[in-house]
Amino acid sequence: MTTMADTAVTTQVYRVYIRATPKAIWEAITKPEWSQKYGYGGSVEYDLRPGGAYRALASEEMRAHGSPEVAVDGEVIEADPPRRLVQTWRMLMDPEMVAEGFTRLTYEIEPRDDDVTRLTLIHELEGAPRLSLLLSGGLESEGAGGGWNWVLSSLKTLLETGDPLVH
Amino acid sequence: MTDDDRVFKALADPTRRFLLDLLFARDGRTLTELESELEMTRFGVMKHLRVLEDAALVVARRSGREKLHYLNPVPIRLIHDRWIDKYTERRVSALADLKSELEGTA
Repeated sequence: MTTMADTAVTTQVYRVYIRATPKAIWEAITKPEWSQKYGYGGSVEYDLRPGGAYRALASEEMRAHGSPEVAVDGEVIEADPPRRLVQTWRMLMDPEMVAEGFTRLTYEIEPRDDDVTRLTLIHELEGAPRLSLLLSGGLESEGAGGGWNWVLSSLKTLLETGDPLVH
Repeated sequence: MTDDDRVFKALADPTRRFLLDLLFARDGRTLTELESELEMTRFGVMKHLRVLEDAALVVARRSGREKLHYLNPVPIRLIHDRWIDKYTERRVSALADLKSELEGTA
């Protein structure tokens, strides 16, 4: 029988094919001048070595919706540009999510032989049901945006057209 | 075939939609678990999963000795963006803006 407990997913996996180089995708993930142009529009700060700090600073719009200055924090576990980035990730915009603590996020960037790059995002979300709901887009009707789904589709649009999905 | 063609082809089959429903209810299942929910041979289920993987609607990942299957909603999101997003989306949804306006000083 399917019970509610079954929906408490522990890992989320997202994949998108983007007509861009692995380097362009790596930079879009790790550089603030790119991160401001897609998804939630926060400004990332990465110290790209094991143990290095990660922070996503809230955009003006996120702050207007009650976000603290630092919306997400974490630590780099593995940085192998432009192929693989593993880090911890903690959402600071909601006290319940802060209490759920750090989760583990992996980006895998794999070129194919046709100018298309495969980006896979794996988010391990054990013990973080509220954050899981947010990242799967389950809080979109509350104004929390479409989660990874939406972040990745807007990243694809930005890299392929040079234009943000929304202005 | 374009990416969208693959997505629509994959969705145009009740068994494959049922497999996605199963993964939506509980993600990260093995072939054996999925097979137990269907009146179909293992080979048949594998064939359907292959079509879903080709459309990137399912992503399979190794975890130790097991291969786990995950629902990937991004291709459906891209179809959504193509026809709907333009009219309805904002960075943070319009509903939230409305809520804050109604609750604000206005």
